[in-house]
Amino acid sequence: MNEISLNHYLFVSCALFFIGVYGFLTRRNLITMLMAIELILNSININFIVFNKFLFPDKLDGLFFTIFIITIAAAEAAVAIAIIINLYRNYKTIDVEETNTMKF
Amino acid sequence: MLSTNLIILIPLLPLISFLIIALGGKKYFPNLCGALGTLALLGSFILSLTVAYDYFFVVGKVNDIYQQIVPYKLTWLQFASGISIDIGILLDPISVMMLVVVTLVSLMVHFYSLGYMHGEERFATYYSFLGLFTFSMLGLVMSSNIFQIYMFWELVGVSSYLLIGYYFDKPSAVAASKKAFIVTRFADLGFLIGILVLSFYGETLDFQTLISRLTTDSTQLHSITAASFLGCSALTWGLLLVFMGGAGKSAMFPLHIWLPDAMEGPTPVSALIHAATMVVAGVFLVARLFPVFSSSVNAMDVVTWVGITSSFFAAIIACTQTDIKRVLAYSTMSQIGYMMFSLGVARYGGENGLGYMASMFHLFTHAMFKALLFLGAGSVIHYVHSNDMKDMGGLRKLMPVTHITFLIACLAIAGIPPFAGFFSKEEILQAAFHTNKLVFCIAILTAAITAFYMFRLYFNIFWNKSFHGHNDEHHGEAPLTMKLPLLFLALLSILVGFIPFGNFVTADGKQLLTEFHLSFSVAPVALALGGILLAYSFYKKENTAPDKLAASIGGLYTAAYRKFYIDELYLFITKKIVFNLIGRPAAWFDKNIVDGFMNLLATISMQVSLLIKGLQSGKVQQYAAYYFAGVLGFVLLFIYFWT
Repeated sequence: MNEISLNHYLFVSCALFFIGVYGFLTRRNLITMLMAIELILNSININFIVFNKFLFPDKLDGLFFTIFIITIAAAEAAVAIAIIINLYRNYKTIDVEETNTMKF
Repeated sequence: MLSTNLIILIPLLPLISFLIIALGGKKYFPNLCGALGTLALLGSFILSLTVAYDYFFVVGKVNDIYQQIVPYKLTWLQFASGISIDIGILLDPISVMMLVVVTLVSLMVHFYSLGYMHGEERFATYYSFLGLFTFSMLGLVMSSNIFQIYMFWELVGVSSYLLIGYYFDKPSAVAASKKAFIVTRFADLGFLIGILVLSFYGETLDFQTLISRLTTDSTQLHSITAASFLGCSALTWGLLLVFMGGAGKSAMFPLHIWLPDAMEGPTPVSALIHAATMVVAGVFLVARLFPVFSSSVNAMDVVTWVGITSSFFAAIIACTQTDIKRVLAYSTMSQIGYMMFSLGVARYGGENGLGYMASMFHLFTHAMFKALLFLGAGSVIHYVHSNDMKDMGGLRKLMPVTHITFLIACLAIAGIPPFAGFFSKEEILQAAFHTNKLVFCIAILTAAITAFYMFRLYFNIFWNKSFHGHNDEHHGEAPLTMKLPLLFLALLSILVGFIPFGNFVTADGKQLLTEFHLSFSVAPVALALGGILLAYSFYKKENTAPDKLAASIGGLYTAAYRKFYIDELYLFITKKIVFNLIGRPAAWFDKNIVDGFMNLLATISMQVSLLIKGLQSGKVQQYAAYYFAGVLGFVLLFIYFWT
């Protein structure tokens, strides 16, 4: 119990992932949903780092993946926020329940 | 001597005129289109005369036999070695003769139409159609390949359709054009199958090769005569089917029903297409394949009897009709029947080929005087504004030129010497006399009836009661453009009979000397004169004798007047039998089975869509939930079922 093992890390990452999923499915505010997505992404990042550290300590592939993901997540957040702003201009709301006109 | 480029120009000039007029001429210079078409035809005519002179007097004859010359040939579609559709030119006595006939009559009609069609709304379109027709007809007579002739055959059919339906705002003209197209198309189905049969066994589509293979002792000839179907050899079947196409185009009984109705077209068109050129295409086709035809006795018998039946049958109907163009239509049918049976009684080679020569001779002279008759009738219609002879009478003083030329044409067709028809009809009767006495008797009777109905027409138009149509000041007989072709054709109708035709056009290319038997021609001429006298006594003055006679033979007269109910018979067969037994069940199958299957597919798709459309709710989180559930499902699947 004096050392933090792989399973501990994975537990945290898994919890973070499902918290993100839960948040994405239950929150009605689009900004909050975006934050939930960031949680999911970060849980993946933790996985990459941890697997790199424990399984291939002499390589850096996982680390690089993480850095890429963070970069892309930043870009993705910018796009998502642009979409949300446009949505707000059209609907005067960012409640996801109200923006359901794209259907059959 | 014969320059290939010049020969190709003969059909191409009318085609070019057609293209220019159709593509731009009728929009930009509509009034010049008539002159353009006429000039193009004049060019073709002069070239044809040159070619004819070169062929008959300079290059055509080798060792006293007229050769078949192929100055141009382009292999177009090669199916297998030896079987190809070629576009070529075949010059032999009949095609060269037809070149002259077609371009001459077409030129006359082009020129005549300048006056006749003057002021018509679709004047330019009319000339473009004439150009198309002339091109197709010239291509037809020069074809070197049996499939090429079939293509041009259909092209003349479509130009005929277009020209019959020229007054397309008249329902009767529309019906007539459809009828002509459908009847000839039906016959052409037989023609196509006949081509396939002949070329399947002959292993070629080329005329010269086909004829030489099917007439000389060869493997192809053995296979085609060995194969038999329903008691006849494949050769006979092939020829009969080809003849069916020819009979349809040439309005032979029982496929003649379209020709009288085709008179709905403008009269010069009737002169060109439905009297002088297109309707003799069937005769030309039989003549083209004559060596093959003459090797099958059964096929020749069919040709003979179809010809003589049509000839007699049409002559009887012609006696009762009152529409002058219909009388001429039936007379055309009767004369083409003459040409047909004349071919039918002929055999290949030497003296036996007399019928062939006579048939071509009659084709030639008939083209002249029948075109003249139609153009004369056109002139009368132009003056009277009616087709019905009841509205005419006493026109001889009012239209002297038409009167004289029409009289010459009537004498020519009745076979009175020295007019053209006498000579050709004499040859035909002689050919029939030497081979088949029964045919000869019917033919000579038909000749007498011909004289009667032609002079019935003549007296009814120009004598009989006095004319009391329009009393107002009239525009005169006809413009000069209409009179000149009449005079020119009348001159030809007098002169062409003296051409020693046997020197030029015979079945085997050798010279055929014809003897003139004075004693033989007494009977036909006497019968023709009798017919004329009868017509004179009936129709010279208005009297009741014709009506009395008609009443005394009652039923027969009505039957002839109603054209022996052939039209009604066709209507019965198509409407009652074909429509009810084939058309309606087929329509039911289409509506219920074919459409039903398609409707079933559509219904299933719609129901499924209705079931699952709720999934597309527009709610993003619902989609995400489905997505996660799906991913979870896959994960479970991989964990527990992956081996």
